[in-house]
Amino acid sequence: MSERVYLRRKWLNRIMLGLCGIAAASAIIMLALILGYTLARGIGAMNINFLISAAKPVGEVGGGMRNEIFGTFILVILGSVLAIPVGLMAGIFVSEFANPKVATAVRFAADILAGIPSIVVGVFAYAIVVQPMHSYSAISAGVALAIIMVPIVARTAEESLRLVPNSMREAALALGITRWRAVVGVIIPGALTGIMTGIMLAVARIAGETAPLIFTALGSQFGVQGLLKPIGALPLQIYHYALSPYRDQQQQAWAGAFLLILLVLGISILVRWISNRKHI
Amino acid sequence: MMTINNLVNENILPKLETTHNQHKDQKGILEVQDLSAWYGNALAIKHVSLTIKSRAITSIIGPSGCGKSTFIRCLNRMHEVSHGGHVEGCVLLDDKDIYARDVDPVVLRRRIGMVFQKPAPFPTMSIFDNVGAGLKLTRFFSKRWEIEEIVEKSLRRAALWDEVKDKLNQSGASLSGGQQQRLCIARAIAVEPEIILLDEPCSALDPASTLKIEDLMRNLAEQYTIVIVTHNMQQAARVSDMAVFFMMAPDKAGELVEYGSTSQIFTNPREKRTEDYITGRFG
Repeated sequence: MSERVYLRRKWLNRIMLGLCGIAAASAIIMLALILGYTLARGIGAMNINFLISAAKPVGEVGGGMRNEIFGTFILVILGSVLAIPVGLMAGIFVSEFANPKVATAVRFAADILAGIPSIVVGVFAYAIVVQPMHSYSAISAGVALAIIMVPIVARTAEESLRLVPNSMREAALALGITRWRAVVGVIIPGALTGIMTGIMLAVARIAGETAPLIFTALGSQFGVQGLLKPIGALPLQIYHYALSPYRDQQQQAWAGAFLLILLVLGISILVRWISNRKHI
Repeated sequence: MMTINNLVNENILPKLETTHNQHKDQKGILEVQDLSAWYGNALAIKHVSLTIKSRAITSIIGPSGCGKSTFIRCLNRMHEVSHGGHVEGCVLLDDKDIYARDVDPVVLRRRIGMVFQKPAPFPTMSIFDNVGAGLKLTRFFSKRWEIEEIVEKSLRRAALWDEVKDKLNQSGASLSGGQQQRLCIARAIAVEPEIILLDEPCSALDPASTLKIEDLMRNLAEQYTIVIVTHNMQQAARVSDMAVFFMMAPDKAGELVEYGSTSQIFTNPREKRTEDYITGRFG
Protein backbone atom coordinates (compact mmCIF):
# COMPACT_ATOMS: atom_id res chain seq x y z
CA MET A 1 0.00 0.00 0.00
CA SER A 2 1.41 3.31 -1.00
CA GLU A 3 1.87 6.14 1.44
CA ARG A 4 -0.70 8.25 -0.42
CA VAL A 5 -3.48 5.67 -0.18
CA TYR A 6 -2.75 5.17 3.46
CA LEU A 7 -2.89 8.90 4.19
CA ARG A 8 -6.14 9.27 2.26
CA ARG A 9 -7.77 6.47 4.25
CA LYS A 10 -6.52 7.86 7.51
CA TRP A 11 -7.97 11.29 6.77
CA LEU A 12 -11.25 9.92 5.46
CA ASN A 13 -11.58 7.98 8.67
CA ARG A 14 -10.97 11.09 10.73
CA ILE A 15 -13.39 13.20 8.71
CA MET A 16 -16.20 10.67 8.92
CA LEU A 17 -15.66 10.20 12.65
CA GLY A 18 -15.70 13.96 13.07
CA LEU A 19 -18.95 14.30 11.11
CA CYS A 20 -20.63 11.66 13.25
CA GLY A 21 -19.42 13.45 16.36
CA ILE A 22 -20.78 16.78 15.14
CA ALA A 23 -24.13 15.20 14.32
CA ALA A 24 -24.33 13.68 17.78
CA ALA A 25 -23.31 16.93 19.42
CA SER A 26 -25.89 18.92 17.47
CA ALA A 27 -28.69 16.77 18.86
CA ILE A 28 -27.59 17.63 22.37
CA ILE A 29 -26.96 21.27 21.48
CA MET A 30 -30.47 21.53 20.03
CA LEU A 31 -31.98 20.32 23.27
CA ALA A 32 -29.80 22.63 25.33
CA LEU A 33 -30.69 25.60 23.12
CA ILE A 34 -34.41 24.95 23.29
CA LEU A 35 -34.30 24.46 27.04
CA GLY A 36 -32.06 27.47 27.59
CA TYR A 37 -33.96 29.80 25.30
CA THR A 38 -37.37 28.87 26.68
CA LEU A 39 -36.04 29.24 30.19
CA ALA A 40 -34.51 32.63 29.43
CA ARG A 41 -37.65 33.97 27.78
CA GLY A 42 -40.14 32.39 30.14
CA ILE A 43 -38.45 32.80 33.50
CA GLY A 44 -39.64 36.41 33.74
CA ALA A 45 -43.29 35.38 33.77
CA MET A 46 -42.72 32.20 35.75
CA ASN A 47 -43.76 32.81 39.32
CA ILE A 48 -46.14 31.39 41.86
CA ASN A 49 -48.95 33.51 40.43
CA PHE A 50 -48.46 31.93 37.04
CA LEU A 51 -49.15 28.55 38.56
CA ILE A 52 -52.02 29.38 40.88
CA SER A 53 -54.04 32.15 39.26
CA ALA A 54 -56.37 32.23 36.30
CA ALA A 55 -55.83 34.20 33.11
CA LYS A 56 -56.64 37.89 33.35
CA PRO A 57 -58.23 39.96 30.59
CA VAL A 58 -55.88 41.74 28.22
CA GLY A 59 -54.50 44.89 29.75
CA GLU A 60 -54.56 43.72 33.33
CA VAL A 61 -51.22 42.81 34.80
CA GLY A 62 -50.53 39.32 36.18
CA GLY A 63 -52.69 36.28 35.83
CA GLY A 64 -51.54 32.79 35.05
CA MET A 65 -52.35 29.46 33.55
CA ARG A 66 -53.85 27.65 36.50
CA ASN A 67 -56.94 26.67 34.53
CA GLU A 68 -54.94 25.47 31.59
CA ILE A 69 -52.58 23.44 33.76
CA PHE A 70 -55.60 21.87 35.41
CA GLY A 71 -57.17 21.37 31.97
CA THR A 72 -54.11 19.59 30.66
CA PHE A 73 -54.22 17.29 33.67
CA ILE A 74 -57.85 16.46 33.02
CA LEU A 75 -57.24 15.86 29.33
CA VAL A 76 -54.26 13.60 29.99
CA ILE A 77 -56.27 11.61 32.52
CA LEU A 78 -59.24 11.39 30.15
CA GLY A 79 -57.04 10.24 27.29
CA SER A 80 -55.26 7.71 29.53
CA VAL A 81 -58.47 6.30 30.95
CA LEU A 82 -59.79 5.77 27.44
CA ALA A 83 -56.57 4.59 25.82
CA ILE A 84 -54.70 2.50 28.38
CA PRO A 85 -57.24 -0.34 28.70
CA VAL A 86 -57.74 -0.51 24.94
CA GLY A 87 -54.03 -0.28 24.15
CA LEU A 88 -53.06 -2.79 26.83
CA MET A 89 -55.64 -5.34 25.80
CA ALA A 90 -54.78 -4.91 22.13
CA GLY A 91 -51.12 -5.49 23.00
CA ILE A 92 -51.99 -8.58 25.05
CA PHE A 93 -54.14 -9.90 22.24
CA VAL A 94 -51.45 -9.47 19.61
CA SER A 95 -48.69 -10.93 21.78
CA GLU A 96 -50.54 -13.76 23.50
CA PHE A 97 -53.61 -14.80 21.60
CA ALA A 98 -53.57 -13.75 17.95
CA ASN A 99 -52.32 -16.10 15.27
CA PRO A 100 -49.28 -14.73 13.42
CA LYS A 101 -51.25 -13.45 10.43
CA VAL A 102 -53.74 -11.49 12.51
CA ALA A 103 -50.92 -10.26 14.72
CA THR A 104 -49.03 -8.88 11.72
CA ALA A 105 -52.16 -7.17 10.46
CA VAL A 106 -52.96 -5.55 13.82
CA ARG A 107 -49.34 -4.50 14.30
CA PHE A 108 -49.32 -2.91 10.84
CA ALA A 109 -52.58 -1.09 11.53
CA ALA A 110 -51.25 0.20 14.86
CA ASP A 111 -48.09 1.50 13.17
CA ILE A 112 -50.16 3.32 10.55
CA LEU A 113 -52.42 4.77 13.24
CA ALA A 114 -49.36 5.99 15.14
CA GLY A 115 -48.17 7.71 11.97
CA ILE A 116 -51.38 9.66 11.26
CA PRO A 117 -50.74 13.40 11.68
CA SER A 118 -52.27 14.59 14.93
CA ILE A 119 -54.21 17.40 13.21
CA VAL A 120 -56.05 14.71 11.24
CA VAL A 121 -56.88 12.92 14.47
CA GLY A 122 -58.25 16.22 15.75
CA VAL A 123 -60.48 16.67 12.70
CA PHE A 124 -61.66 13.07 13.07
CA ALA A 125 -62.57 13.60 16.73
CA TYR A 126 -64.36 16.79 15.66
CA ALA A 127 -66.42 14.80 13.18
CA ILE A 128 -67.33 11.90 15.47
CA VAL A 129 -67.72 13.66 18.81
CA VAL A 130 -67.97 17.45 18.50
CA GLN A 131 -70.45 17.55 15.62
CA PRO A 132 -72.95 15.02 17.01
CA MET A 133 -72.80 16.67 20.43
CA HIS A 134 -73.00 20.17 18.99
CA SER A 135 -70.29 21.39 21.33
CA TYR A 136 -66.56 21.52 21.76
CA SER A 137 -65.75 19.56 24.86
CA ALA A 138 -63.10 18.06 27.10
CA ILE A 139 -64.41 14.62 26.26
CA SER A 140 -63.88 15.10 22.53
CA ALA A 141 -60.30 16.18 23.20
CA GLY A 142 -59.88 13.11 25.41
CA VAL A 143 -61.01 10.94 22.51
CA ALA A 144 -58.56 12.61 20.13
CA LEU A 145 -55.67 12.17 22.58
CA ALA A 146 -56.70 8.56 23.23
CA ILE A 147 -56.54 7.81 19.50
CA ILE A 148 -52.96 9.06 19.50
CA MET A 149 -52.14 7.11 22.64
CA VAL A 150 -53.62 3.69 21.81
CA PRO A 151 -51.07 2.55 19.20
CA ILE A 152 -48.13 3.64 21.36
CA VAL A 153 -49.41 1.75 24.39
CA ALA A 154 -50.40 -1.28 22.31
CA ARG A 155 -47.05 -1.60 20.54
CA THR A 156 -44.88 -1.12 23.61
CA ALA A 157 -47.07 -3.49 25.65
CA GLU A 158 -46.88 -6.11 22.92
CA GLU A 159 -43.13 -5.83 22.60
CA SER A 160 -42.57 -6.04 26.34
CA LEU A 161 -44.86 -9.06 26.60
CA ARG A 162 -43.02 -10.83 23.82
CA LEU A 163 -39.76 -10.38 25.71
CA VAL A 164 -41.09 -12.69 28.42
CA PRO A 165 -39.56 -16.08 27.55
CA ASN A 166 -41.87 -18.69 26.13
CA SER A 167 -40.74 -21.11 28.84
CA MET A 168 -42.76 -19.02 31.32
CA ARG A 169 -45.93 -19.46 29.28
CA GLU A 170 -45.37 -23.19 28.97
CA ALA A 171 -44.53 -23.58 32.64
CA ALA A 172 -47.72 -21.77 33.58
CA LEU A 173 -49.91 -23.72 31.17
CA ALA A 174 -48.37 -27.01 32.33
CA LEU A 175 -49.64 -26.21 35.84
CA GLY A 176 -53.17 -26.37 34.53
CA ILE A 177 -53.70 -22.63 34.49
CA THR A 178 -55.96 -21.07 31.87
CA ARG A 179 -54.24 -18.82 29.35
CA TRP A 180 -55.87 -15.70 30.69
CA ARG A 181 -54.79 -16.40 34.27
CA ALA A 182 -51.31 -17.24 33.03
CA VAL A 183 -51.17 -13.91 31.22
CA VAL A 184 -52.42 -11.95 34.21
CA GLY A 185 -50.52 -13.84 36.89
CA VAL A 186 -47.22 -14.63 35.20
CA ILE A 187 -46.67 -12.91 31.85
CA ILE A 188 -47.83 -9.36 32.64
CA PRO A 189 -45.84 -9.14 35.91
CA GLY A 190 -42.78 -10.17 33.92
CA ALA A 191 -43.38 -7.40 31.40
CA LEU A 192 -44.59 -4.72 33.82
CA THR A 193 -41.55 -2.44 33.58
CA GLY A 194 -41.79 -2.28 29.80
CA ILE A 195 -45.54 -1.76 29.87
CA MET A 196 -45.24 1.08 32.40
CA THR A 197 -42.50 2.69 30.32
CA GLY A 198 -44.73 2.59 27.24
CA ILE A 199 -47.63 4.14 29.11
CA MET A 200 -45.49 6.95 30.49
CA LEU A 201 -44.03 7.68 27.05
CA ALA A 202 -47.53 7.85 25.61
CA VAL A 203 -48.60 10.21 28.42
CA ALA A 204 -45.61 12.45 27.71
CA ARG A 205 -46.53 12.46 24.06
CA ILE A 206 -50.17 13.51 24.51
CA ALA A 207 -49.41 16.04 27.22
CA GLY A 208 -47.69 18.20 24.63
CA GLU A 209 -50.08 17.67 21.72
CA THR A 210 -51.65 20.90 20.44
CA ALA A 211 -53.14 20.25 17.02
CA PRO A 212 -55.80 17.72 18.05
CA LEU A 213 -57.04 20.13 20.71
CA ILE A 214 -57.78 22.99 18.32
CA PHE A 215 -60.97 21.39 16.99
CA THR A 216 -61.95 19.66 20.18
CA ALA A 217 -60.99 21.28 23.47
CA LEU A 218 -61.09 24.72 21.85
CA GLY A 219 -59.88 26.50 24.96
CA SER A 220 -61.90 28.26 27.59
CA GLN A 221 -61.81 31.60 29.33
CA PHE A 222 -64.00 30.36 32.13
CA GLY A 223 -61.88 27.66 33.66
CA VAL A 224 -62.83 24.03 33.86
CA GLN A 225 -66.60 23.70 33.61
CA GLY A 226 -67.00 19.98 33.20
CA LEU A 227 -66.25 17.33 30.63
CA LEU A 228 -68.96 18.37 28.20
CA LYS A 229 -67.79 21.96 27.92
CA PRO A 230 -64.77 23.46 26.14
CA ILE A 231 -61.65 23.30 28.21
CA GLY A 232 -58.33 25.08 28.23
CA ALA A 233 -55.02 23.28 27.95
CA LEU A 234 -51.42 24.29 28.36
CA PRO A 235 -50.26 23.74 24.76
CA LEU A 236 -53.38 25.40 23.41
CA GLN A 237 -52.90 28.45 25.60
CA ILE A 238 -49.26 28.68 24.53
CA TYR A 239 -50.46 28.67 20.94
CA HIS A 240 -53.01 31.43 21.54
CA TYR A 241 -50.70 33.62 23.64
CA ALA A 242 -47.79 33.21 21.28
CA LEU A 243 -49.93 34.74 18.50
CA SER A 244 -51.09 37.53 20.75
CA PRO A 245 -49.82 41.10 20.11
CA TYR A 246 -49.50 41.76 23.84
CA ARG A 247 -46.08 41.47 25.41
CA ASP A 248 -47.45 40.20 28.68
CA GLN A 249 -49.19 37.28 27.02
CA GLN A 250 -46.19 36.49 24.87
CA GLN A 251 -44.07 36.17 27.94
CA GLN A 252 -46.66 33.92 29.56
CA ALA A 253 -46.53 31.75 26.45
CA TRP A 254 -42.82 31.31 27.02
CA ALA A 255 -43.38 30.44 30.64
CA GLY A 256 -46.05 27.94 29.63
CA ALA A 257 -43.71 26.40 27.09
CA PHE A 258 -41.05 26.04 29.74
CA LEU A 259 -43.52 24.42 32.12
CA LEU A 260 -44.62 22.00 29.41
CA ILE A 261 -41.04 21.00 28.69
CA LEU A 262 -40.46 20.46 32.39
CA LEU A 263 -43.54 18.26 32.55
CA VAL A 264 -42.43 16.09 29.62
CA LEU A 265 -38.87 16.00 30.91
CA GLY A 266 -40.16 14.92 34.32
CA ILE A 267 -42.12 12.08 32.73
CA SER A 268 -39.05 11.00 30.73
CA ILE A 269 -36.95 10.91 33.87
CA LEU A 270 -39.68 8.87 35.57
CA VAL A 271 -39.57 6.47 32.61
CA ARG A 272 -35.82 6.14 33.02
CA TRP A 273 -36.23 5.43 36.68
CA ILE A 274 -38.90 2.78 36.07
CA SER A 275 -37.01 1.01 33.34
CA ASN A 276 -33.74 0.98 35.25
CA ARG A 277 -35.37 -0.70 38.20
CA LYS A 278 -34.54 -4.39 38.38
CA HIS A 279 -37.20 -7.04 38.72
CA ILE A 280 -38.17 -7.45 42.30
CA MET B 1 -14.88 -51.76 22.79
CA MET B 2 -17.54 -51.11 25.37
CA THR B 3 -20.19 -53.82 25.43
CA ILE B 4 -23.34 -54.12 27.42
CA ASN B 5 -21.73 -56.71 29.68
CA ASN B 6 -18.92 -54.29 30.45
CA LEU B 7 -21.46 -51.66 31.41
CA VAL B 8 -23.20 -54.03 33.80
CA ASN B 9 -19.98 -55.40 35.25
CA GLU B 10 -18.66 -51.93 35.91
CA ASN B 11 -21.78 -51.15 37.91
CA ILE B 12 -22.83 -48.40 35.59
CA LEU B 13 -26.16 -50.16 35.37
CA PRO B 14 -26.95 -50.99 38.98
CA LYS B 15 -29.92 -52.72 40.59
CA LEU B 16 -31.90 -53.04 37.42
CA GLU B 17 -33.48 -56.38 38.27
CA THR B 18 -34.80 -55.34 41.67
CA THR B 19 -36.31 -52.04 40.64
CA HIS B 20 -37.89 -53.65 37.68
CA ASN B 21 -39.39 -56.54 39.62
CA GLN B 22 -41.03 -54.19 42.08
CA HIS B 23 -43.20 -52.81 39.39
CA LYS B 24 -43.68 -55.90 37.34
CA ASP B 25 -47.34 -56.48 37.95
CA GLN B 26 -48.60 -52.94 37.98
CA LYS B 27 -51.26 -51.90 35.57
CA GLY B 28 -51.03 -49.16 32.99
CA ILE B 29 -52.23 -45.64 33.69
CA LEU B 30 -51.78 -44.12 30.24
CA GLU B 31 -52.43 -45.99 27.07
CA VAL B 32 -51.07 -44.46 23.89
CA GLN B 33 -52.69 -45.79 20.73
CA ASP B 34 -51.30 -45.13 17.28
CA LEU B 35 -50.24 -41.59 18.12
CA SER B 36 -48.81 -39.35 15.40
CA ALA B 37 -47.92 -35.69 15.87
CA TRP B 38 -47.22 -32.85 13.47
CA TYR B 39 -45.79 -29.34 13.56
CA GLY B 40 -47.73 -27.77 10.72
CA ASN B 41 -47.10 -30.13 7.82
CA ALA B 42 -43.99 -31.71 9.30
CA LEU B 43 -44.58 -35.13 10.82
CA ALA B 44 -42.65 -35.32 14.11
CA ILE B 45 -43.61 -38.75 15.46
CA LYS B 46 -45.64 -41.49 13.87
CA HIS B 47 -47.77 -44.42 14.99
CA VAL B 48 -46.57 -44.68 18.58
CA SER B 49 -48.40 -47.19 20.75
CA LEU B 50 -47.44 -48.12 24.29
CA THR B 51 -48.80 -48.42 27.80
CA ILE B 52 -47.24 -46.39 30.58
CA LYS B 53 -47.23 -48.14 33.93
CA SER B 54 -48.61 -46.59 37.03
CA ARG B 55 -46.22 -45.51 39.83
CA ALA B 56 -43.16 -46.37 37.83
CA ILE B 57 -40.51 -44.34 36.06
CA THR B 58 -40.58 -44.64 32.31
CA SER B 59 -37.64 -43.15 30.48
CA ILE B 60 -37.73 -42.08 26.87
CA ILE B 61 -34.35 -42.29 25.20
CA GLY B 62 -33.03 -41.80 21.71
CA PRO B 63 -30.83 -39.56 19.60
CA SER B 64 -31.54 -35.85 19.12
CA GLY B 65 -34.47 -35.00 16.91
CA CYS B 66 -36.19 -38.37 17.28
CA GLY B 67 -39.34 -36.85 18.77
CA LYS B 68 -38.85 -37.71 22.46
CA SER B 69 -39.92 -34.29 23.66
CA THR B 70 -42.74 -34.10 21.15
CA PHE B 71 -43.98 -37.42 22.44
CA ILE B 72 -44.23 -36.45 26.08
CA ARG B 73 -45.65 -33.06 25.18
CA CYS B 74 -48.47 -35.02 23.54
CA LEU B 75 -49.21 -36.74 26.85
CA ASN B 76 -50.58 -33.60 28.52
CA ARG B 77 -51.57 -31.77 25.37
CA MET B 78 -48.73 -29.27 25.59
CA HIS B 79 -47.91 -30.15 21.99
CA GLU B 80 -50.91 -28.22 20.74
CA VAL B 81 -49.65 -25.09 22.50
CA SER B 82 -46.84 -24.87 19.95
CA HIS B 83 -47.87 -23.11 16.80
CA GLY B 84 -49.20 -25.63 14.28
CA GLY B 85 -48.98 -28.55 16.69
CA HIS B 86 -51.63 -31.22 16.17
CA VAL B 87 -52.00 -34.96 16.67
CA GLU B 88 -53.81 -38.05 15.48
CA GLY B 89 -54.47 -41.20 17.46
CA CYS B 90 -55.44 -41.33 21.08
CA VAL B 91 -54.07 -41.32 24.58
CA LEU B 92 -56.27 -43.02 27.15
CA LEU B 93 -56.15 -41.88 30.75
CA ASP B 94 -58.47 -44.08 32.83
CA ASP B 95 -59.89 -45.43 29.58
CA LYS B 96 -60.87 -41.96 28.44
CA ASP B 97 -59.21 -40.30 25.45
CA ILE B 98 -57.52 -37.08 26.57
CA TYR B 99 -58.02 -35.77 23.04
CA ALA B 100 -61.77 -36.26 23.23
CA ARG B 101 -63.79 -33.19 22.49
CA ASP B 102 -65.17 -32.73 25.96
CA VAL B 103 -61.77 -32.85 27.67
CA ASP B 104 -60.47 -29.44 28.72
CA PRO B 105 -56.66 -29.43 28.37
CA VAL B 106 -56.46 -27.01 31.33
CA VAL B 107 -58.13 -29.57 33.60
CA LEU B 108 -56.10 -32.40 32.10
CA ARG B 109 -52.82 -30.64 32.88
CA ARG B 110 -53.71 -30.59 36.55
CA ARG B 111 -53.68 -34.38 36.44
CA ILE B 112 -50.61 -34.62 34.24
CA GLY B 113 -47.98 -32.08 35.26
CA MET B 114 -44.78 -31.22 33.47
CA VAL B 115 -41.28 -29.97 34.24
CA PHE B 116 -39.15 -28.59 31.45
CA GLN B 117 -35.55 -28.74 30.37
CA LYS B 118 -34.64 -25.23 31.40
CA PRO B 119 -35.51 -24.45 35.01
CA ALA B 120 -38.29 -21.88 34.71
CA PRO B 121 -39.21 -20.39 38.08
CA PHE B 122 -41.47 -17.36 37.65
CA PRO B 123 -38.96 -14.53 38.12
CA THR B 124 -41.41 -12.03 39.55
CA MET B 125 -42.53 -14.40 42.29
CA SER B 126 -40.98 -15.44 45.58
CA ILE B 127 -40.06 -19.06 46.25
CA PHE B 128 -43.27 -19.44 48.23
CA ASP B 129 -45.42 -17.91 45.51
CA ASN B 130 -43.76 -20.03 42.86
CA VAL B 131 -44.78 -23.23 44.60
CA GLY B 132 -48.22 -21.84 45.35
CA ALA B 133 -48.67 -20.45 41.83
CA GLY B 134 -50.64 -23.40 40.51
CA LEU B 135 -53.06 -23.13 43.42
CA LYS B 136 -53.41 -19.38 43.50
CA LEU B 137 -53.89 -19.01 39.78
CA THR B 138 -56.46 -21.76 39.45
CA ARG B 139 -58.64 -21.19 42.47
CA PHE B 140 -60.47 -18.00 43.10
CA PHE B 141 -60.28 -18.43 46.80
CA SER B 142 -57.86 -20.28 49.05
CA LYS B 143 -57.03 -19.85 52.67
CA ARG B 144 -53.54 -18.73 53.42
CA TRP B 145 -52.84 -21.59 55.85
CA GLU B 146 -54.05 -24.08 53.28
CA ILE B 147 -51.55 -22.82 50.75
CA GLU B 148 -48.80 -22.67 53.37
CA GLU B 149 -49.41 -26.29 54.21
CA ILE B 150 -49.32 -27.42 50.59
CA VAL B 151 -46.24 -25.34 49.82
CA GLU B 152 -44.33 -26.87 52.71
CA LYS B 153 -45.44 -30.39 51.82
CA SER B 154 -44.48 -29.92 48.18
CA LEU B 155 -41.09 -28.44 49.02
CA ARG B 156 -40.40 -31.31 51.41
CA ARG B 157 -41.34 -33.85 48.79
CA ALA B 158 -39.08 -32.08 46.31
CA ALA B 159 -36.26 -32.30 48.89
CA LEU B 160 -35.86 -28.54 48.86
CA TRP B 161 -37.53 -27.49 52.10
CA ASP B 162 -34.43 -27.48 54.27
CA GLU B 163 -32.52 -25.35 51.80
CA VAL B 164 -35.17 -22.68 51.35
CA LYS B 165 -37.30 -22.66 54.50
CA ASP B 166 -35.58 -19.50 55.78
CA LYS B 167 -35.87 -17.57 52.56
CA LEU B 168 -39.31 -18.35 51.23
CA ASN B 169 -39.84 -14.69 50.39
CA GLN B 170 -36.79 -14.38 48.21
CA SER B 171 -37.05 -14.57 44.45
CA GLY B 172 -37.02 -18.01 42.90
CA ALA B 173 -34.37 -16.76 40.51
CA SER B 174 -31.92 -16.41 43.40
CA LEU B 175 -31.56 -20.18 43.69
CA SER B 176 -28.95 -22.32 41.95
CA GLY B 177 -29.89 -24.17 38.77
CA GLY B 178 -30.44 -27.47 40.54
CA GLN B 179 -32.50 -25.83 43.27
CA GLN B 180 -34.53 -24.00 40.65
CA GLN B 181 -35.31 -27.28 38.95
CA ARG B 182 -36.39 -28.84 42.26
CA LEU B 183 -38.49 -25.73 42.83
CA CYS B 184 -40.17 -26.40 39.49
CA ILE B 185 -40.79 -30.00 40.56
CA ALA B 186 -42.28 -28.75 43.84
CA ARG B 187 -44.45 -26.35 41.87
CA ALA B 188 -45.63 -29.19 39.66
CA ILE B 189 -46.50 -31.52 42.54
CA ALA B 190 -48.25 -28.78 44.51
CA VAL B 191 -51.29 -29.14 42.27
CA GLU B 192 -51.39 -32.89 43.07
CA PRO B 193 -51.05 -34.41 39.63
CA GLU B 194 -51.12 -38.17 39.09
CA ILE B 195 -48.48 -38.18 36.42
CA ILE B 196 -45.37 -36.01 36.17
CA LEU B 197 -43.68 -35.53 32.82
CA LEU B 198 -40.04 -34.48 32.92
CA ASP B 199 -38.52 -33.17 29.70
CA GLU B 200 -34.74 -33.56 30.06
CA PRO B 201 -34.87 -32.08 33.56
CA CYS B 202 -31.15 -32.47 34.22
CA SER B 203 -29.61 -31.45 30.93
CA ALA B 204 -28.84 -27.95 32.23
CA LEU B 205 -27.54 -29.15 35.59
CA ASP B 206 -24.20 -30.21 37.07
CA PRO B 207 -23.65 -33.86 38.11
CA ALA B 208 -24.30 -33.28 41.82
CA SER B 209 -27.62 -31.57 41.17
CA THR B 210 -28.46 -34.29 38.67
CA LEU B 211 -27.98 -36.99 41.30
CA LYS B 212 -30.23 -35.11 43.71
CA ILE B 213 -32.98 -34.95 41.12
CA GLU B 214 -32.57 -38.62 40.36
CA ASP B 215 -32.93 -39.53 44.06
CA LEU B 216 -35.95 -37.31 44.19
CA MET B 217 -37.49 -39.06 41.20
CA ARG B 218 -37.09 -42.45 42.86
CA ASN B 219 -38.90 -41.16 45.93
CA LEU B 220 -41.63 -39.53 43.92
CA ALA B 221 -42.23 -42.72 41.99
CA GLU B 222 -43.78 -44.20 45.13
CA GLN B 223 -46.66 -41.82 44.73
CA TYR B 224 -46.61 -40.60 41.18
CA THR B 225 -46.20 -41.99 37.72
CA ILE B 226 -43.13 -40.44 36.13
CA VAL B 227 -42.22 -40.18 32.48
CA ILE B 228 -38.79 -38.73 31.80
CA VAL B 229 -37.15 -37.76 28.55
CA THR B 230 -33.38 -37.99 28.75
CA HIS B 231 -30.54 -38.08 26.32
CA ASN B 232 -28.32 -39.44 29.06
CA MET B 233 -28.44 -43.22 28.85
CA GLN B 234 -26.74 -43.75 32.19
CA GLN B 235 -29.46 -41.67 33.75
CA ALA B 236 -32.18 -43.75 32.11
CA ALA B 237 -30.43 -46.90 33.31
CA ARG B 238 -30.02 -45.55 36.85
CA VAL B 239 -33.52 -44.30 37.49
CA SER B 240 -36.09 -45.87 35.25
CA ASP B 241 -38.12 -49.04 35.48
CA MET B 242 -39.27 -49.02 31.90
CA ALA B 243 -37.49 -47.62 28.89
CA VAL B 244 -38.73 -46.51 25.49
CA PHE B 245 -36.31 -46.15 22.63
CA PHE B 246 -37.18 -43.69 19.87
CA MET B 247 -35.39 -43.14 16.59
CA MET B 248 -35.81 -41.03 13.55
CA ALA B 249 -37.14 -43.00 10.59
CA PRO B 250 -35.79 -42.27 7.10
CA ASP B 251 -38.72 -39.86 6.54
CA LYS B 252 -37.44 -37.76 9.51
CA ALA B 253 -40.38 -38.68 11.71
CA GLY B 254 -39.64 -40.22 15.08
CA GLU B 255 -40.84 -43.75 15.71
CA LEU B 256 -40.88 -46.10 18.63
CA VAL B 257 -38.22 -48.75 18.09
CA GLU B 258 -38.39 -50.71 21.29
CA TYR B 259 -40.21 -50.61 24.60
CA GLY B 260 -39.49 -52.83 27.55
CA SER B 261 -38.17 -52.98 31.06
CA THR B 262 -35.03 -50.93 31.49
CA SER B 263 -32.96 -54.01 32.28
CA GLN B 264 -34.13 -55.77 29.16
CA ILE B 265 -33.54 -52.73 26.92
CA PHE B 266 -30.05 -52.19 28.30
CA THR B 267 -28.87 -55.76 28.64
CA ASN B 268 -30.80 -57.71 26.09
CA PRO B 269 -32.27 -55.45 23.41
CA ARG B 270 -34.36 -57.21 20.82
CA GLU B 271 -33.70 -54.65 18.11
CA LYS B 272 -30.38 -54.20 16.41
CA ARG B 273 -30.89 -50.41 16.33
CA THR B 274 -31.40 -50.30 20.09
CA GLU B 275 -28.26 -52.25 20.71
CA ASP B 276 -26.25 -50.05 18.36
CA TYR B 277 -27.47 -46.93 20.12
CA ILE B 278 -26.94 -47.99 23.71
CA THR B 279 -23.52 -49.42 23.03
CA GLY B 280 -22.59 -46.05 21.58
CA ARG B 281 -22.18 -46.99 17.96
CA PHE B 282 -24.09 -43.87 16.95
CA GLY B 283 -26.13 -41.01 18.36
